[in-house]
Amino acid sequence: MTGTFNLALDTQPAAGAASAAWLLLVLPALGAAVLLIGGRRTNKWGHLLGSGMVIAAFAYAVVLFFDTTSLAAEDRLRDLHLFDWISVNQLSVDFGLRLDPLSITFVLLITGVGSLIHIYSIGYLNHELEDRRRFFAYLNLFIAAMLLLVLGNSFVTLYFGWEGVGLASYLLIGWYQGKDFAATAAKKAFLMNRVGDVGLALAIFLMFKTMGSTQYDVVFSQIGDQSTGTIVAIGLLLLLGACGKSGQFPLQAWLPDAMAGPTPVSALIHAATMVTAGVYLIARSSPLYSLPQAEDARLVVMIIGAITLLLGCVIGCAYDDFKKVLAYSTVSQIGYMILAVGLGPAGYAFGILHLLTHGFFKAGLFLGAGSVMHAMNDEGDIRRMGGLWKKMPVTFVTWTLGYLALIGFPFLSGYFSKDEIINAALGQGGTRGWVFGGIALLGAALTAFYMTRLLILVWLGKPRWENLTSPATPDPESPEAPVGKPYHPHESPSTMTIPMIILAFGSVAGGAILSAVLPEWLTPAIGEVEETHGALSHTMVGILTVVLAAIGAGLAFLLFGRRETAVERPKRVSFPVRAARADLFGNHLNEALFARPGTWLTRALVYVDNRGVDGLVNGIAAGLGGSSGRLRRTQTGFVRSYALSMLGGSILVIAALLMVRFA
Amino acid sequence: MSVMSSVLFLAQVQPVPSPAPAKIDPPALDAVWPILIVLAAACVGVLFEAFLPRHQRWPAQVALSLLALAGAGVALATYLSDAPEAGEMAMFNTLAVDRPALFLWGTLLALSVGAVLLIADRSVEPGGAFVATAAIRPGTVQDRAQVTATGMQTEVFPLTLFALGGMMIFCAANDLLTMFIALEVLSLPLYLMCGLARRRRLLSQEAAVKYFLLGAFASAFFLYGVALLYGYAGSVRLADISAAAAGTDRSDTLLFAGMGLLVVGLLFKASVGPFHTWTPDVYQGAPTPVTAFMAACTKVAAFGGILRVLQVAFESTQWEWRGVLWGVAIASMVIGAILGLTQTDVKRMIAYSSVAHAGFLLIGAIALTDRGLSGTLFYLLTYGFTTLAAFGVISLVRDSSGEATHLSQWAGLAKRSPLVAGVFTFLLLALAGIPLTSGFVGKFVVFEAAIDDGMAPLVVIALVASAVAAFFYLRVIVLMYFSEPAADGPTVTVPGAFTTAAITLGVLVTLLLGILPSFALDWAAGGAFAIR
Amino acid sequence: MLVAQSSDVSSDLGIYLPLVVMFALAAAFAVFSALLGPLVGPSRYNRAKFQAYECGIEPSPQPVVGGGRVPVAYYLTAMLFILFDIEMVFLYPFAVSADVLGLFGLVEIFLFIATVGFAYAYVWRRGGLDWN
Repeated sequence: MTGTFNLALDTQPAAGAASAAWLLLVLPALGAAVLLIGGRRTNKWGHLLGSGMVIAAFAYAVVLFFDTTSLAAEDRLRDLHLFDWISVNQLSVDFGLRLDPLSITFVLLITGVGSLIHIYSIGYLNHELEDRRRFFAYLNLFIAAMLLLVLGNSFVTLYFGWEGVGLASYLLIGWYQGKDFAATAAKKAFLMNRVGDVGLALAIFLMFKTMGSTQYDVVFSQIGDQSTGTIVAIGLLLLLGACGKSGQFPLQAWLPDAMAGPTPVSALIHAATMVTAGVYLIARSSPLYSLPQAEDARLVVMIIGAITLLLGCVIGCAYDDFKKVLAYSTVSQIGYMILAVGLGPAGYAFGILHLLTHGFFKAGLFLGAGSVMHAMNDEGDIRRMGGLWKKMPVTFVTWTLGYLALIGFPFLSGYFSKDEIINAALGQGGTRGWVFGGIALLGAALTAFYMTRLLILVWLGKPRWENLTSPATPDPESPEAPVGKPYHPHESPSTMTIPMIILAFGSVAGGAILSAVLPEWLTPAIGEVEETHGALSHTMVGILTVVLAAIGAGLAFLLFGRRETAVERPKRVSFPVRAARADLFGNHLNEALFARPGTWLTRALVYVDNRGVDGLVNGIAAGLGGSSGRLRRTQTGFVRSYALSMLGGSILVIAALLMVRFA
Repeated sequence: MSVMSSVLFLAQVQPVPSPAPAKIDPPALDAVWPILIVLAAACVGVLFEAFLPRHQRWPAQVALSLLALAGAGVALATYLSDAPEAGEMAMFNTLAVDRPALFLWGTLLALSVGAVLLIADRSVEPGGAFVATAAIRPGTVQDRAQVTATGMQTEVFPLTLFALGGMMIFCAANDLLTMFIALEVLSLPLYLMCGLARRRRLLSQEAAVKYFLLGAFASAFFLYGVALLYGYAGSVRLADISAAAAGTDRSDTLLFAGMGLLVVGLLFKASVGPFHTWTPDVYQGAPTPVTAFMAACTKVAAFGGILRVLQVAFESTQWEWRGVLWGVAIASMVIGAILGLTQTDVKRMIAYSSVAHAGFLLIGAIALTDRGLSGTLFYLLTYGFTTLAAFGVISLVRDSSGEATHLSQWAGLAKRSPLVAGVFTFLLLALAGIPLTSGFVGKFVVFEAAIDDGMAPLVVIALVASAVAAFFYLRVIVLMYFSEPAADGPTVTVPGAFTTAAITLGVLVTLLLGILPSFALDWAAGGAFAIR
Repeated sequence: MLVAQSSDVSSDLGIYLPLVVMFALAAAFAVFSALLGPLVGPSRYNRAKFQAYECGIEPSPQPVVGGGRVPVAYYLTAMLFILFDIEMVFLYPFAVSADVLGLFGLVEIFLFIATVGFAYAYVWRRGGLDWN
């Protein structure tokens, strides 16, 4: 292992074109600031400014990419020092950017997909002109924070961006003001992310404690000297952070709810970029996870990835909401990536590869879903769709290409990336190889199953929407029975279709190109790919994957393609379907683990605060005085109960001090 | 000035010396000019009240207060330029003018500028947030009439300066008796100021009485602690107590009982749970500018005192008492974070938030290292400005009966006034400790120092508590942005120059210290307490 | 300077003897007065003698359950009394040690009187001394 793993830990100072890398952060941040401060005055051109800033950042990222490729491989780790952010005593946090193949790859993905989605949003939000400016401001804010996350050269800077994307995501999930579920979903996302953030924060503090710095180069050069306990602890805490941000088990429940936000947001933040931050975090920490001492931590990473990928597939089969199915698909695909990076040097590059291809096809699938919903009065229930391919040919074709890429159709992008992950998982050898490889193969079959179901219900079959109207919202103004609008599906404007077409190209060709060049390109940042030799040859794995996916897709055709689909959701279903519809009880789990104890504690404390202390007063007074009249007199003011609680606290403090001393 | 000289006086007279005593030289004043200027201005303010006609008092008092703060600031800066690195003792060894004291003075003066601006504002509430005639009984015809009267009790300005002077002495006090006098000098004006709200007079007066009674109770604890410690060490000087504790031939019962009582008195002032019970009621009832002053400055002064007492007097016995203060810090964080969840009043919510923050600060204070000291000092600076600006914003949201502090009235505020909602959101995020705000850096340095000093479990609890606390800040943000505004909801008053300046000051400092905290961290790390 | 002279406390307890004698005398006087009064004095009871305190201001209106009010001016007077009382208390020790304190002490005591004077001026100008 040590042979294959040798990182050029010394970073070079950035010069030339790279020294302007701060532009990447400043451009979108400036866009957000202008749009937020400018207010209504910027309504007319705000969306153009917002898109322009991201496109400019993308252009610069391309320049930066070619600038980096012109360097020798060992010179490609560059560091751009900006200023000392926090510096006190021995503690010093440097604010700088790390420009290496890994971060530049992410920058290209973020600004590239980001540009497309900005353009798409211009068309998508044309019904809501008034708020569109604010939407673009938040999107720009998100891009800036996300770029900071991947570009920072220390874990603290990463944390900075980490919280920033959380905030932007929170603002955007809750976009549809006045819809209760949107506010609830936003809150849920923020809270579950906080659980993960605590993990990340603790990992950072632990690094400080043991290594005195959080700069990547310092941490990675010293991590090998730490005790095994420290390394495993940091590894697991980082994983907790990754689970929160990337919707991994057991913190996955927020991601599907986050679909309450507008579809471009789902595509950009909750499919292509932010939710992959966990994968980035683990890949970035590869020097830590690659250590032999971190074996246990990596095993946990793999287990989490495997559980999540299965869980996402199973739940995805049961949902009837277009975007939620895609959301669970995202959960499951990120499970693949986490599994891949958990494999260590054998899998880092493939995890990133899958992340990139997934970024293309999943963003395309979401944009397609948005296009459909845009055309269907914001309807998301796939049971009310069907036969839409005639009405929206462009969306249909691009969506189907994305679909094929996702299920791993040979030689489309998903085929290359997923195949490599499965191969690497099997390559672990022994029972472990069979278990993880088997789960990954099963996941491939299930993915094909639920995605084919989606394809059939939405695009093929009879147009079930023809005789329906969209469920009307009861209007308090008019007491008569509400009447919904009929559906008139139509193709979307070109600002929406062009990004979908571009992403479809990426879904088709991305995999082939990237799988050829990416592992070598990433080598300076995350090390060389470790060859694995599992029980099955690479070709066999490829064939097996395709066969399994074909079986899954075929099964879906048998079940859904040849039968009428009921518009109403069947109520009486077997237990597995019920369980899957209830997110495999993920919400119940979260409630039992986090929400309910919190509620109890709150209630108990409030009770003590309001009644307990006063009750004690009552009790004492009753015991001493007896008569109810006197009892009432002791209750005239609360000051005495406050004083009593102070007295109680003081007695406790002094008793404890003396006990500690004389015990 | 009067109080200080009286203390000195007592001090000189007390041990009756032998028949031919040495002459006592006048003390050098160069280190204490900031305090003298503030207290002298307060006295002049009293004379203004006595001799100026009613309509001239407000402009004169505002000008005097701001000038005094500026003058004290200039004096502080002048002294700083050639202050001895290790600090020096002033006023017959009763004051330790060292780096932490100077940092705290600077913080207090800067925060007071904001507080005085809020107090002086007469645009948000016509005539100011303070009652025109405090002696009128609430609920009477005259009382209803004075709601619309344009005057206010301008005594609040000298009272603010007196309180500020007390705070400055408090965090530099080198012996416990000086500290006690300073405690009273800072408390008594505050008790009075709490009862001066123009609206909701009964609530305001109730707050004042509660604060006074509980404050007196806490002072008694403090004083009893001082007495026991005197019994133990034969001296009230912090350095002497430390020296006495280092030798072990005396009864430790006196030491620890005395320390416990003393610390309880200090924790009360800093509203650390479970000694926080006054905080929500008083924060809610007091006029909002006074709440802002209390929340920002009292917290700074009280923690300044706690830091000095723990680091100077009880450093050598830390292994005995540290565990107990762990418990107190945990209690405070848990109480603040969890009770904050169920509050329905913005001011009460911020009050519980301040209890939770007191817990975080206490973590820094019991890390008896240089980093703990500088981290806590920095945290105080950041927290003070954020909370000051937050109360400034709260004073802007009003309906016909005064400030609309019930949370339901804040629903949909972002629709009515995006700027105010945006500013408040930023401040709440700072209180929650989200990066890009000073709150994050503050928490970061304090927690980092605590971990460094072997208090990792406490930091875990603190992180969880801050995650819980983030929830109630978030609830307000959700309310402001994602709820429909109530039909008869409050309006947002367009603030005049004073309140605008105060809020802007708070927001800018919060932002600046979030992005470029290094210079302030350097100041905070300028040096340790002088022990003499 | 606040350090007690604790060096030879235990060695010579004799210096406390006058104090003990004084306590004893005081206690004896109290007991003597309390016993002698009922013995030799006439006992003519009236309503005022059953009140809690026989001096001070009659609570007006009479407390029914316990809520009678006292005019606020009473407290003002009390406050003023304390103000000047404290001033006097400080002047005594100053006078005793004036020669030790020298010019510095003189300046200090004038500063002290001045601060009390500010308060006095405030009360006077704002009508605190208008008894009606």
